[in-house]
Amino acid sequence: MKPALSVIFFTVASGAGLGLTVWVLAAQLSGRVGAADPVFLPAVALAGVLLTAGLLSSTAHLANPRNAWRAFSRFRTSWLSREGVFAVAIYPLAALHLWASVQGLALARLSALALIALALVTVASTAMIYACLKTVPRWRTWHTPVAYLLYALAAGGLLWVALTRSAGPADPGAGWAIGLLAAVALVKLAYYAKFSARVHATLNQALSVPERAAPGKVQGRVRLLDAGHTGGTFLTNEFGFAVARSRAQALRTAMFVLSLLLPAALLLLGQGPLAAWLAALAALAGMLLERWLFFAQAEHVVRLYHGQQAV
Amino acid sequence: MSRLGLVIDIDACVGCHACATACKEWNGQSLMAGGAPDYQPQGAEPSGVWFNRVRHFEAGSYPESKTLNVPMSCMHCEDADCVNVCPTGASYKRAEDGIVLIDPDKCMGCNYCAWACPYGARELDTDQGVMRKCTLCVDRIYDTALPEAERQPACVLACPAHARFFGDFDDPDSKVSALVRERDGQPLMPQLGYRPTNQYLPPRVAPEVPAPAQVQPRGTLQTRLAAMVNRLIQL
Repeated sequence: MKPALSVIFFTVASGAGLGLTVWVLAAQLSGRVGAADPVFLPAVALAGVLLTAGLLSSTAHLANPRNAWRAFSRFRTSWLSREGVFAVAIYPLAALHLWASVQGLALARLSALALIALALVTVASTAMIYACLKTVPRWRTWHTPVAYLLYALAAGGLLWVALTRSAGPADPGAGWAIGLLAAVALVKLAYYAKFSARVHATLNQALSVPERAAPGKVQGRVRLLDAGHTGGTFLTNEFGFAVARSRAQALRTAMFVLSLLLPAALLLLGQGPLAAWLAALAALAGMLLERWLFFAQAEHVVRLYHGQQAV
Repeated sequence: MSRLGLVIDIDACVGCHACATACKEWNGQSLMAGGAPDYQPQGAEPSGVWFNRVRHFEAGSYPESKTLNVPMSCMHCEDADCVNVCPTGASYKRAEDGIVLIDPDKCMGCNYCAWACPYGARELDTDQGVMRKCTLCVDRIYDTALPEAERQPACVLACPAHARFFGDFDDPDSKVSALVRERDGQPLMPQLGYRPTNQYLPPRVAPEVPAPAQVQPRGTLQTRLAAMVNRLIQL
């Protein structure tokens, strides 16, 4: 699949913003942070900016954004529609929660729990946009929503650690954030092991031609003679993207270094806010790489009709 | 209620692309399909939107090989995921005849339906910013101003090899239903569970051709002498 930068930025920014939302609210619920704390409003503002920037970026890949408002209308069948509804529902709920927190109402507890649930459901819906597609076997797996959720929480956690260190008091969240980074690395390793050599569909299956042992039928390995067009098409442009194996391997290594080793080392070695901000930035860069690979290495079954033997 | 679609005879298709160009000719103008634009048709990198594309394959290896010409357009699936995933409701499947269509007034051009389609049946019109696809020539097949024989999709009318058939799969007596029954019609990529309506008639195994005789009879002395004289005369 073509890695569209607007969509990659959207999943990373909105994921990190929603992850940060979960961390702020969890700290508030546990009583470690109150609405009057100097870290509270900057954290909420950063989460809101990340989520909003991500959502705006996602409309940049639309060919006809005038109709984007209609995307909320198919909640019952479309994960894209659900994602939009959940993401937009966060704003009024967050406003209510901020008001209740500043007023010191008991309602703030309830709204915090609802916001946490809504943030997690929104990230999961983003992942399900991809994980529900039968046409892309490398997306249609439990790894997709789990990796999206863990990455969002890890990136949000690193941002939260950086924010609290900048505000003064030491934060107990660093260990959790490193644990989440390790968990997401394990999920990605399991994902790559599963998909490195697996065949999900072949050209023979795509054309319903038996490969062998079919008496009375035309059979045998099918290969493409001619795709029927001399230039590029929408299909080759959208689904034909390929990344060289050596390059993918190098990017994968960089991804693990940026989104696990570097942030963990920075958080463990440096106690100041600078180390924490660098750790968060490294993790976000690693997350961008992970999403780029997530798209670039996904193989759509229509590639079979363009000559690929198996996906 | 009916279930309209196409039967494509892989044995008869010669791969001439007449169906694809006829489709382009009709739908390039069609108000219903909204047009199938060309990009830089005379330029360095010509491209464009096609609702129907013909691909050429080979099964087996020479000399036991068979060329397969496979025209592919929207299969008008019964469980069309392109319709399910559409967030705006622009993609829809008609209850009365099963045709899958796009309402360009609602489409936001997110490409999600094209991602959900395994057949490459949907292509983005970047001029208008909306998705385009085969309409099964819905603006021909119900047009009572046309002679009845012409109330068929443009691709079916254009096919010079009679490899394409249009009809109602819910009617067991229709031509398409009979062909699928008699020739063991198959859908493409059925394992995804979309239940495509269009069916493909698999190629039949060619009867074995007897090998040519190895040794020519030498003939009698008389015929060989006559042949030699004829050759001498021609000198």
